[in-house]
Amino acid sequence: MRKKRRPGLGILSDIRRNGTSYLLVLPAMAYTFIFGYMTYPYMVIAFQRFNYTKGIFHSEWVGFKNFEFFFRSNKALTVTFNTIYLNLLFIIFGTLMALAISLVLNELRKKLFVKISQSLMLFPNFISWIVISYVLYALFSMDMGIVNKTLNQLGMPSVNWYTEAQSWPAILTVMHVWKGAGMSAIIYLATITGIDETLYEAAEIDGANRLQMCFRITLPLMMPTVIILTMLSVGKIMYGDFGMIYALIGDNGTLYSTTDIIDTYVFRSLRQIGDPSEAMAVGLFQSVIGFILVFGTNAITRRFFKDGALY
Amino acid sequence: MKKMSISKTVMYTLTAVYSALCLLPMLLVLMISITDEDAILKNGYSLFPEKFSLYAYKLIFTGGSQVIQSYGISIFVTVVGTTLAILITSMAGYTLANKNVKNRNLLALYFFITMIFTAGIVPWYLMNRSLGLTNNILALIIPSLLFSPFNLFLVRNFMNGIPDSLRESATIDGASDIVIAFRIYLPLCKPVLATIALFYGLDYWNNWWNAIMLIDTKDLYPLQFMLLQMQSEISMLNDMAMLAGTSDVTLPSESVKMATAIVTIGPIVLLYPYLQKYFVKGLVIGSVKG
Repeated sequence: MRKKRRPGLGILSDIRRNGTSYLLVLPAMAYTFIFGYMTYPYMVIAFQRFNYTKGIFHSEWVGFKNFEFFFRSNKALTVTFNTIYLNLLFIIFGTLMALAISLVLNELRKKLFVKISQSLMLFPNFISWIVISYVLYALFSMDMGIVNKTLNQLGMPSVNWYTEAQSWPAILTVMHVWKGAGMSAIIYLATITGIDETLYEAAEIDGANRLQMCFRITLPLMMPTVIILTMLSVGKIMYGDFGMIYALIGDNGTLYSTTDIIDTYVFRSLRQIGDPSEAMAVGLFQSVIGFILVFGTNAITRRFFKDGALY
Repeated sequence: MKKMSISKTVMYTLTAVYSALCLLPMLLVLMISITDEDAILKNGYSLFPEKFSLYAYKLIFTGGSQVIQSYGISIFVTVVGTTLAILITSMAGYTLANKNVKNRNLLALYFFITMIFTAGIVPWYLMNRSLGLTNNILALIIPSLLFSPFNLFLVRNFMNGIPDSLRESATIDGASDIVIAFRIYLPLCKPVLATIALFYGLDYWNNWWNAIMLIDTKDLYPLQFMLLQMQSEISMLNDMAMLAGTSDVTLPSESVKMATAIVTIGPIVLLYPYLQKYFVKGLVIGSVKG
């Protein structure tokens, strides 16, 4: 075997030999450099009172003032709690629903039926949250919504849903499951398809029924995939779904107590209040905790499943 | 025919009900959009309209309306953006899969780092501002949408499956890397290119993040963002009514809103069979770790 060359030394000769290949990767590299690496220095403005005209080199340094402002306000606890709580609800109910769908679809033998129902279940996944906010309005509008009309028919009074903060974690969870469960179910269904058919044949000879096969063979063999996907989501638990929350809640302040998340808070600080430093401080808090969680969950996953880790 | 067991019947029923629930809300929006405005105001929203009317659609597509303007923006941004994005991604994917390139894993790491560690929205916003990517059409195309490392790895993984002997024999025949990339590899990668085209296209079409962050002028609002604004802004509806010359009549705001939502998902519904096929394919390719 040839002696291994030190990495790095070979780059120049590599470029000389494969010039065209390097040329092909150049646009992607430049893009990543500008929108990836060159954005990192901007993170220092969390410790500044950033001024757009002065830029990051001449703005005044203020130490941890921006962080203090956030953590002294009662907002810090609310938005952090909401972010984690909503994500937990999404993960738990999303996973259960997807599992249930995939297990049931696996039992059904009418091919055309399965195909059509899969198409329908996948449909909400392609619709933007803004369009879904119109759907939500058609359902929950005070005077004209379907939900209130149904309540009235059952002899119950109308509810003004858009001021009822405590109902929204449930509504958001339902909408999230509705949009995403079909897609997750397809991933799970692919896992089921990969299970060795002989296991079922052996079980059948031993007299197992479909239900026993489901709980003793299918579910246990799906667990690695389920756990890996769940751990991936848990790693991202500090990052809320801005697109969803902002499209469905918007600037409706009466619902903030249960729906405002870190991402919407940062957005408002940046674009509506116009305080980039404060926004960056909160964003940095989110990134640091988020980073620890991503690495932590990845390390745990790697310990239990050798090929389950992301990297 | 064999009789179905009770458990099977229950499972078929539940699946059918859930599938219907996935479609019904969109159907509701569609029905509202073709209901006569007076009927809506009298009876509220309903799946079974009392009186049909296509007036809302007529109003939307009146010449010079904001919807047409935004539709144009969205189509332009989606087509141009997706084309460029596929080009950039597939070219980079070729290099990352090229076994002659000794440092290809180092290159992969270069892209991977930005995937794992992002600075967040504030640096992203400031960067775009300093590049002048605000209030122009490029701000809707370039930032955050033009290139995704995830799609890059999809392409690379697919190309890794193409046998090396193909490249070797082409090289012996005197083909350069450019020729090999564009004449041999890309045509072989049609399935994965279709998948990333779908991912990019859908991202562009449904994107309103760039607009909410970087666009202030109404002329540049893409469809999704216009829809978001419409929820709170009655003025936009008034403009529409003025154009149609109906400003003195009651504004059919409810049906117009829903009609606009329907118009927005039009292309998605039209392309749905294609979307679904390649989306599922992409999920399967993506689950193979590279």
